[in-house]
Amino acid sequence: MNEVAFLAWVRGIGFQIALGIFIVGMVVRWLEIFLLGKKHDYSAPKGSAVQGAIHTIFSRSIPEKSTWQRSRVQIVTGYVFHVGLLLIILFLTPHITLFREFLGFGWAGLPNSVVDLIAVITMFALLVALVRRLQDPVLRFISTFQDYLVWTVTFLPLLTGYMAYHHLGFSYPTILGLHILSVEILLVLFPFTKLMHAITLFIARGFNGATAGHKGVQA
Amino acid sequence: MSNASFSRGYQALKAQIDAPIAAYFSSCVHCGLCAEACLFFTETRDPKYTPIHKLEPLRKVWEQEYTLVGKLKAWFGLSTPLHDQELADWQEFIYNSCTLCGRCSLVCPVGNDLSYMIRKEREGMVAAGHAPDGQISAAKRAITVGSPMGVKFPALQAQIKHIEKDTGFIVPVNQVGAEYMVTLSSMEIMNYPEYLEALARIFKHAGKTWTLCSEAFEATNTGIQIGSSDIARELVSRLVNAAERLQVKTLVSPECGHAYTAIRWEGANLMGKAFTFKVQHILEVLEELRQQGKLKTEGLETARMTFHDPCQLVRRGGVIDEPRNLLKTVAQNFVEMEDAGKMNWCCGAGGGVGAIEQAHELKTRVFQRKISQLDAIKVETVVTACANCRITLEEGFEAYNREMPVLGLTELIAQHLVEEPATENAHE
Ligand code: SF4
Ligand code: SF4
Repeated sequence: MNEVAFLAWVRGIGFQIALGIFIVGMVVRWLEIFLLGKKHDYSAPKGSAVQGAIHTIFSRSIPEKSTWQRSRVQIVTGYVFHVGLLLIILFLTPHITLFREFLGFGWAGLPNSVVDLIAVITMFALLVALVRRLQDPVLRFISTFQDYLVWTVTFLPLLTGYMAYHHLGFSYPTILGLHILSVEILLVLFPFTKLMHAITLFIARGFNGATAGHKGVQA
Repeated sequence: MSNASFSRGYQALKAQIDAPIAAYFSSCVHCGLCAEACLFFTETRDPKYTPIHKLEPLRKVWEQEYTLVGKLKAWFGLSTPLHDQELADWQEFIYNSCTLCGRCSLVCPVGNDLSYMIRKEREGMVAAGHAPDGQISAAKRAITVGSPMGVKFPALQAQIKHIEKDTGFIVPVNQVGAEYMVTLSSMEIMNYPEYLEALARIFKHAGKTWTLCSEAFEATNTGIQIGSSDIARELVSRLVNAAERLQVKTLVSPECGHAYTAIRWEGANLMGKAFTFKVQHILEVLEELRQQGKLKTEGLETARMTFHDPCQLVRRGGVIDEPRNLLKTVAQNFVEMEDAGKMNWCCGAGGGVGAIEQAHELKTRVFQRKISQLDAIKVETVVTACANCRITLEEGFEAYNREMPVLGLTELIAQHLVEEPATENAHE
């Protein structure tokens, strides 16, 4: 397959396959969780479970004081790459063009040079996260193959995107094709790995907050 | 607990997994932040005490039984099924180094309720026969004798007589129609008889009717601690039957955190129906009486004091303001520890850890957390509201050579009650 055909494939069939697996996977995972159900709580409530759930869905994004004091580097690194990824996905002009194609509407992007800088910072934060995973005794101890796999498939779209923008390494169609392919790998793995937390964390926080709210505790 | 076997344990673990647990395992990003929430890690720096690691057996069962990926992995021989030795090895994590304090559940950024899961994981451990011996025998005593420490009613009766003789207060037993049915923990009967005396004083002062029940005075629930719903249900049903028979309005949980969780939150679910009576912790009762103006106190403690929040009260019960409001009415120099309230650090021996012999050294080691918290504020007295915290604090201070009186809040309040002239005459 030459580079033009490769690019066409990842843009066409490849993308459709990835999106298909992503959507089916998400439905499967959703069912896997909710079909398990939850027993009715007969204890007399002391507070509102619904309010507790809503509260925790938001409040858990802010670290509580003693955690912040004990794990600053970890928390800052986490924030930086999450915010960075979000900004790049949503506010890079070529991405917005794509969204416009799919959704029928778009929004204003950030200047390319700004996104470029954000990409560098984000990659740096991810590298810090990786080094910490390898060095910190707790992180090294609890990490599994999946943690490194997920790190890699998160890092690759950034790296290939950066290389495509700066015309590094490969011919433009090839590196663009690789960039799209890396995103497709991410999409395929998303429902079946911890990447899924991007969705399920709201469910988890909701359940935790509901339990706490029912007991009159602000979680 | 009889006929425990691995396959029963496995089935029990499988049965415990619900939608919240699936959401929690799906969300864990292995960030490791829960480690710094757990005093068993912070005081030892040993990664094996990371809370999420304690859940590995349950996670395995979840993945292999309830996820497509887990099934595929097993199919291709990429994962090993859970085996008995693994459960045996995990006793150290699921019991010895977890007090179910709930701190990790408030810290995890994706919102995982880790202590909820560890509590459930214990159900599988009991069914597989891997609960610690100390806890198993305590649970057996609770079922056969009626109390985990082997305290029988005659022992309590002797104490009641003693109190009535010394103070002139009446300690009612089996009074039908009383407003409050009071329960105790064996620890209070054995080590802190002052508690019952304090109650007698308080209820008299407040003009409230109350009673003990001769068949259900023990409120601690070893079934909850060990993780056996069957035992827990049997123990809770004794209290429920007693409260219904005596037609009381409110069942009062003693100064014991897990007793409160057992009867207040798990009780109705174990019985499978809502209670017809209210359940309150003694501190909630006291605070209500205070707000109604029925607790008149006099005199202030001058010592520099702090309050140690029992985990189950703050993190699993929302009882945060009550002890502070109460303590401030009788203490002049009340100061807070760092992280006081919702994020207070566990004493290190709740959740049944205190009953596990093999955990003794570890529990003493992690008490360093409390010592650090207290050293920072230089107090002279610690007040708490849980008999188990109290004994742990006392033993901890002894191990660390600290002179530090530990008081129960209920007794402290009772000591400061204004004596009504009329009742005073009656006593003398
Ligand atoms: S804090 Fe939560 S997400 Fe992080 S490792 Fe622990 S359980 Fe997993
Ligand atoms: S509940 Fe408490 S003791 Fe148990 S793992 Fe969590 S923080 Fe540690």
